Amino acid sequence: MSNLIEERYDVVVIGGGPAGIAAAIRATELGLKTILLENRDVLGGIPLQCVHPGFGLHYFKEDLTGTQFIHRFFERMERIGVEYITSAHVHSIEYRDYMEKVVNTITRKGVLRLYSKTIIYTVGARERTLFEIGVVGDRPDGIYTAGEAQTMMDIYGVLPGKDVVIIGSGDVGLIMARRFALEGARVKAVIEIMPYPGGLMRNVVQCLRDFNIPLLLSHAVISIAGKKRVEKVTVVKVDEGFRPIPGTEFEIACDTVVIAAGLRPNIDLLERLSIAIDPATGGPMVNELLETSIPGIFVAGNALVINDLADYVVEQGEKAAEGAKIFIENSGIPAEEWKPVKRGRNIRLAIPHYISGERSVTILARVAKPEQRVFVEVPEVGYKTFHMAVRPAEMIRLDLSKDALSKAEKSVTIEVKPIAYRA
Amino acid sequence: MHRYRVAIVGAGIIGASIARILSMYENIDVSLIEKEPDVGWGVSKANTAVIHPGHEEDPKSYPLRARLCKEGNELWREWVRELDIPAKWPGELMVFTSDEEEKAAEKYIEFAKVNKVPGVRVVYREELRALEPTVNPDALGAVYAPTAGMISPMEAVIAIVENAVENGVKLFTETEVFNVRVSANRVIGVDTNRGFIEADVVINAAGLYADKISNVVGVDTWFFIKPRRGEYLLFDEDVDIKPTRILHTVPTLVTKGVYVVTTVHGNLMIGPTAEDLPVDAREATLTTREGLEYLWREAGKILKVLPPRSRVIRTFAGLRPEPPNGQWLIKAYDSPWGFVNVAGTRSPGLTAAPAIALHVLEQMRSVFDLRLVKKEKWNPFRKDIVRVRNRSIEEIDRLVETNPDYGEILCYCRMVSKAEVVEAIKRMKAIGVKTITVDGIKFRTYAGMGKCQGSFCRWRVALLVSKYTGVPLESVVVKRGSYGVGDVKLLLRGRAAKGQG
Ligand SMILES: Cc1cc2nc3c(=O)[nH]c(=O)nc-3n(C[C@H](O)[C@H](O)[C@H](O)COP(=O)(O)OP(=O)(O)OC[C@H]3O[C@@H](n4cnc5c(N)ncnc54)[C@H](O)[C@@H]3O)c2cc1C
Ligand SMILES: Cc1cc2nc3c(=O)[nH]c(=O)nc-3n(C[C@H](O)[C@H](O)[C@H](O)COP(=O)(O)OP(=O)(O)OC[C@H]3O[C@@H](n4cnc5c(N)ncnc54)[C@H](O)[C@@H]3O)c2cc1C
Repeated sequence: MSNLIEERYDVVVIGGGPAGIAAAIRATELGLKTILLENRDVLGGIPLQCVHPGFGLHYFKEDLTGTQFIHRFFERMERIGVEYITSAHVHSIEYRDYMEKVVNTITRKGVLRLYSKTIIYTVGARERTLFEIGVVGDRPDGIYTAGEAQTMMDIYGVLPGKDVVIIGSGDVGLIMARRFALEGARVKAVIEIMPYPGGLMRNVVQCLRDFNIPLLLSHAVISIAGKKRVEKVTVVKVDEGFRPIPGTEFEIACDTVVIAAGLRPNIDLLERLSIAIDPATGGPMVNELLETSIPGIFVAGNALVINDLADYVVEQGEKAAEGAKIFIENSGIPAEEWKPVKRGRNIRLAIPHYISGERSVTILARVAKPEQRVFVEVPEVGYKTFHMAVRPAEMIRLDLSKDALSKAEKSVTIEVKPIAYRA
Repeated sequence: MHRYRVAIVGAGIIGASIARILSMYENIDVSLIEKEPDVGWGVSKANTAVIHPGHEEDPKSYPLRARLCKEGNELWREWVRELDIPAKWPGELMVFTSDEEEKAAEKYIEFAKVNKVPGVRVVYREELRALEPTVNPDALGAVYAPTAGMISPMEAVIAIVENAVENGVKLFTETEVFNVRVSANRVIGVDTNRGFIEADVVINAAGLYADKISNVVGVDTWFFIKPRRGEYLLFDEDVDIKPTRILHTVPTLVTKGVYVVTTVHGNLMIGPTAEDLPVDAREATLTTREGLEYLWREAGKILKVLPPRSRVIRTFAGLRPEPPNGQWLIKAYDSPWGFVNVAGTRSPGLTAAPAIALHVLEQMRSVFDLRLVKKEKWNPFRKDIVRVRNRSIEEIDRLVETNPDYGEILCYCRMVSKAEVVEAIKRMKAIGVKTITVDGIKFRTYAGMGKCQGSFCRWRVALLVSKYTGVPLESVVVKRGSYGVGDVKLLLRGRAAKGQG
């Protein structure tokens, strides 16, 4: 019939960023026949274009730049002999049955039909655009997402603009502010709609204060004006409900707007399989081995949940690979029963969504609002740790042992409680 | 055989259609003159894209509009086939939600009879819901006009120009006409920023600026254009609320109604608003908070369920070139001899464009007494770019076999390959585009039109433009501005360092 190239694998990893690379390395180490697919002509994902430090502190116990961080994995890949293809775009995933999925991949040599027992989906995230955050006005040139600006600067050596306004004070916005400042551009302001900065405190200090860049909290860019290129933005103060306060509008002259208003897990290919999605993360719902609601399809990295650190992303990739191994050996993930992980007081999101109680689990969670002097608790298993402060920008990690988890009967609840809290 | 030189000012849908019609004749040399770097960047770029049936045009007040709208609707069916333009013919429903609206809507049944628009009738609840399940259950009924269609207006302009150039028309881009030269009461040509272009006939199809061109000639001096803005919301193609039919509210004295449509590329689109602007606001295509809120409310009247607002991927606006009396000013003048106005091209100008072109030819024939000779070999056909999108994997595999560039996907959201981008660049060069813009490629390939709005692919497209034109990456033009302002290493070393290197 057709002469499409067909191959069989145990694991197909889709997306060659840190999550995918870590998953492919681990799966290969575990003796699974594995292939890693990457759309771009290079592996590495986002860290490849991150020339700033702040990578690897957790995983390598060293402060590395993104580029150094990812190169360590390239070396491992080479040593272990991980099979991969670049310039390979995954077109679609077909679920044939429990033990057979097909990954249709477009390459310059033709379409590959890769039959696989499992899939690890690690395609990263997509950035929110100007239109998603409701900015109105003209649509001139000079508007970039942070990722696009970073690619231009640190892969292709092009400076996007000279007078810059940055929308969003998450780590991405803060780091880009410094990156522009280092390049001699004037960063007029970083605008943040929340009453607190979205990124890590160390980044607020190192990226803004050290460069005298103003941070405007509880402010929003509402419109952009410019004929050929951006000429100015209109900024307004917002109330607690994020509504613009009339009469507080002012303009900032600039030639460039960088949007760092958050990322969304890129789940297009999975959505077409009608996978269960968690509205809180925007990513798939998963169990403790990061398996989605479709058996044998695992997800890790920013495609699962927006992570602050590439280190966590790597751990997720490895976890998913271990999941794939267990899935293949047992024809599914063995579990007596899946218990939901519930979000309690001041918890905005938590990963995973289900646990078996039969394995140790690392839970990652984010709070809804900043708080000081709190306990993070899992009452069902008697877990309780003290935190000086919790902030939405910093994921909380809870390492729960198999023994502790065996105490949970129906579900576990993650919650944050101030020291003096009485329920 | 006498030769005629014809200069058309403006490569919008109307200028382009006229160029195509004139390209059928052996003894006409056509220059199509456009101030922008590419064709179709004026009014024709941002509109509702509906091919109207003709039942909404009042035959008493606007007989020309009524006639050419209906004829245009018929002609487009042939043109989209010949030129391979994305189009569909789902019919439209003018939805009414109250007795007053129902009364107002009945008028269009009468118009339809006079204008000979086939099939127009009122449908009530059950039939309405059968025709369009996404409609608001509170709707009482609708005026159904089965001949309404949708088109991709920008691609239509591009296709028509490609075909016209293939048939001998010469396109001048980045060429702005600022004067029509007249000598001995005859038009002799146009003055542009690139010099004088000789012509025996000058056709003014300058869209929003047509009154300026008309005024320099000094004809119909009462005529002026007032911009009327229309804003739109466009949703991601993954949104599952996609009306099959074209839906809209009942027009009032102030508005033509708000449309809820699924574009030919499968995106839900809501719009337009109708806001009169000052006479000089001819570039004011900005969007406003109020305008978008209004659309949201109006769409709620028509649809059963609105998609989540977070799925909006783009908002934009266009300007209607409104004439003072609602009438199109289409006229060939014998004083000065050789001037033709096609001005005040408000809606349904897109629908009528092919019919307007034929009408202009008739006017020219009768007023200028042209002796025209048909070409023996006129090619009515043009093929669209071959795309990866919407193809089976077997088909994609065969495409890659013919050209490996089809195997390199640059735009994830719309699945656009390198081959398509390269082909677009080639075609832009072939029609005479001087500055290859990333936006021009976007309109030809859809790269950057999806949910990420180009944040993943703009640099990849810009890199290809750089490679195929020799322009440095930072200087590649996106829409009107350059992609970057300098080179990072250059800024570190200082300009002087580069001079030495
Ligand atoms: C400006 C900025 C600064 C940051 N700073 C830090 C920091 O200091 N410290 C830190 O630890 N982390 C930092 N991060 C976060 C870190 O980069 C991310 O958490 C990490 O890159 C996520 O990894 P990932 O593998 O999930 O996704 P990505 O790195 O995004 O990789 C996904 C890969 O999948 C590919 N892909 C997508 N779709 C397809 C498809 N259909 N077929 C094939 N391939 C596909 C993509 O091309 C990409 O290479 C920063 C991020 C940014 C943007
Ligand atoms: C919001 C809105 C919704 C609409 N909806 C519909 C619809 O659904 N159906 C429908 O049938 N119609 C619709 N219309 C109307 C339709 O879009 C117009 O009638 C049509 O596009 C007009 O085409 P044009 O070629 O006259 O103008 P344009 O497309 O503006 O073309 C004129 C060209 O002339 C160029 N130009 C101007 N001055 C000069 C100069 N001095 N020298 C050289 N070049 C010059 C411009 O750059 C431009 O490219 C709508 C219009 C708007 C604004």
